[in-house]
Amino acid sequence: MVAGTDKLPVGAHYGLRDWLSQRVTAIVITLYTALILGIVLWHSGIDYATWKAVFSNGAFRVVTFLFMAALLWHAWVGVRNILMDYAKPAGVRLTLEIVVVCVLVAYGGWTIAVLWGQP
Amino acid sequence: MPAADRPVDKPRPVYLNLFAIRQPLPAIVSILHRISGALLFVVGIPLLLWAVQRGLASPESYAAAVAPFTTPLGKVVLLVLAWCYLYHLLAGLRHLTLDLHVGIRLAPARSSAAIVLVLSVLLALIVAVRLW
Repeated sequence: MVAGTDKLPVGAHYGLRDWLSQRVTAIVITLYTALILGIVLWHSGIDYATWKAVFSNGAFRVVTFLFMAALLWHAWVGVRNILMDYAKPAGVRLTLEIVVVCVLVAYGGWTIAVLWGQP
Repeated sequence: MPAADRPVDKPRPVYLNLFAIRQPLPAIVSILHRISGALLFVVGIPLLLWAVQRGLASPESYAAAVAPFTTPLGKVVLLVLAWCYLYHLLAGLRHLTLDLHVGIRLAPARSSAAIVLVLSVLLALIVAVRLW
């Protein structure tokens, strides 16, 4: 709260949570990016065999899943921020938000299929 | 207080044509942060999932997944998305330093905005050289 004002802080109180989760997920995404860069440099390039070997590692799959969860959460906060600024009519905004949530859930299901659905 | 009782000051509405205002550098960095993020959400994530999925299925599908990115159009798409990712990452790191109250005064904020733009283009150039 800003000092010297008599305004009461009101609202749904999700602002700080969104602000903080945007930053925490950003750090997770950055660390995973560094990990991938390290793996590619370590193998000096990627071909099918290394690609397959990297993803056959169970720990790597779990870490990748955590990265994707962070990425999708991050995308949600960001896209919702954009919609709040540019999609002014509440009905349009709500519709777009529902579409975005559906897309994000679909991305999440696709991620699980990629990570654990391989033959 | 009712609108009619308020003293009339400057005539409104204020001139707010976004395309006629000369945007300061941090504003450009900010809007590009949004545009790059939106592109990554709409195109980047599904393309990433598709490529990883096809790339893992079999040696043949790995080759088939890589093939589109060897065409000129595929390379351009990949380069644009790579720039989006690198730029979004750098602009995000700048945001984190601003959150820590590092470089929040006008002059350093302008410089860091310039650094983000220049560095993202340089990194994209490295990607372009690797692609072509």
